Amino acid sequence: MKIVVTVKQVPDPNSNLTLEADNSISRDKEVVLDPGDECGVEEGLQLKEAHGGEVVLVSMGPERAKDAIRKGLSMGADRGVLVSDASLAGADALLTAKVLAAAIKQENPDLVICGTESYDGSTGMVPPMLAELLGVPQLTFAKKVEVDGSTIKVHRQTADGYLVVEAATPALITVTAAIAEPRYASLKGIMAARSKEIKQVTAADLGVEKSEPAETIAGVADAEARKAGEVIEDDGSAVDKIVQVLAAAKVI
Amino acid sequence: MAAILVYAELAGGKVASTSLEIVSKARDLGDVYAVALGTGAKAAAATLGKHGAKAVHVNEDKVFDDYVAEPATDAVAALVEKEKPDAILFGFTPDSREVAGRLAARLGVGLIANAADIAARDGGFEARVPYFGGAKLATMKANSKPAIVLLRPKSFEATEAGGAAEVKQLDVAVAEGSKRAHITERVAEASEKVKLEDARVVVSGGRGLGGPQNFPMLEDLANALGGAVGASRAVVDAGWVPYSMQVGQTGKSVRPGVYIAVGISGAMQHTVGMKTSKVIIAINKDAEAPIMKMADLGVVGDALKIVPALTEAVKKKKNG
Repeated sequence: MKIVVTVKQVPDPNSNLTLEADNSISRDKEVVLDPGDECGVEEGLQLKEAHGGEVVLVSMGPERAKDAIRKGLSMGADRGVLVSDASLAGADALLTAKVLAAAIKQENPDLVICGTESYDGSTGMVPPMLAELLGVPQLTFAKKVEVDGSTIKVHRQTADGYLVVEAATPALITVTAAIAEPRYASLKGIMAARSKEIKQVTAADLGVEKSEPAETIAGVADAEARKAGEVIEDDGSAVDKIVQVLAAAKVI
Repeated sequence: MAAILVYAELAGGKVASTSLEIVSKARDLGDVYAVALGTGAKAAAATLGKHGAKAVHVNEDKVFDDYVAEPATDAVAALVEKEKPDAILFGFTPDSREVAGRLAARLGVGLIANAADIAARDGGFEARVPYFGGAKLATMKANSKPAIVLLRPKSFEATEAGGAAEVKQLDVAVAEGSKRAHITERVAEASEKVKLEDARVVVSGGRGLGGPQNFPMLEDLANALGGAVGASRAVVDAGWVPYSMQVGQTGKSVRPGVYIAVGISGAMQHTVGMKTSKVIIAINKDAEAPIMKMADLGVVGDALKIVPALTEAVKKKKNG
């Protein structure tokens, strides 16, 4: 089975984000492979281990996004493709999906694995767009995946349980963090990743034309800020204080 | 008048509260009509009409219940072709965003997700999108026609305008090729006692609780307060509690009377889902945690000691 996992380099979610003067989120911060995508890579590797095949990582981003691909390669993925092009900076979800679709079509995979949503944008719009552009069904929010021949079956997380959703491959799935605990890269894996191929291409190589962005930012304002309240050290009186606040809010 | 199409999400045959909030808001933008697909669509049309939809296009074919996203995309795309709306509004929910994403890609137009507000301006539409944990609001002008905007749950009040919608049968040929992602089974795991979204008190836990074994003490406190338990993305990702409990940008948005954040640092992903709570109480070991800066009362201390003591104190106060 040939598997493509989409990966993205994002600002480290464990670092404190800061804003640039123009109110954009600073991208100079420490960047990492999106933790959600690590779960996608892990699931891809487990499926390969069970069913054979190849795991290819596809990413869009600046040159330094190779580090995120390299991380996935050190976990055990076979090779990577990076679409990198200055004209793609600030791409919206649709342009991102078009670029990824063009790169993935060249691989002709049986299965595409995406994270449910990225850690930075957190809108989760690229996967359904990508599924549409690839002409494949989408099986999303998977917390469990089973492959039986050309049938793929997932448990789709819902508010009060899960749905069992089935489709024939080729298909696209999105995985939640519950799917699999990402493995650590071994020293051997890290060494091996150095010699694995990362093919770098441009939007023009893929024949993707830049479309009009979905939106124009007309302005940025501070949201109504909450007033900072009182901060107390618990010296044994905190419970009484909380009870007072609950009573004032009329919930007890 | 601009023509506004609202995609009404049905769950278990009932129209989602988010869809009613959006229809209510859409009355400010132009003539509102809706599309409702699957079992319960006709009954939903009456409810949507009361909230301001002038017409509702319905189709009760079970194919919309049983297959993910693609049949609905076919139907909405056919309706868009026929009616040429100026804007299409969806809830920013897991089910609606699947249809919105496919539809946008099929129409070849962009979309604006995660919006908290929308307004008509200069013959087009402007959406307000919170970012940076909800501390900033970007005003985004939609460039595409139709504009596709996904609006966060709980952004608007659902209000009845007293109308009745014209119910129109939407005849659509769902392609055989769209019957692919097949829902073969629905499994209920946990029945929520008090719905998180509707609870007047929410007690949420984060990594600072130390482990899943300490979540039951939050349930005890929530039960004593008649509330519900939520969680941060960090502990949902770590597998301590199910996704249904996640509060945040892509989890649930809540605005209870009191929100008690226990061992939650206050990452932006989380705060955007709870910052409109009326009163916020934070219990955390770290006085520098971002949540402390937005809490009405921040308690620096050991949650594992404070929470059980608080539960006892609440019970005592209620009984006495």
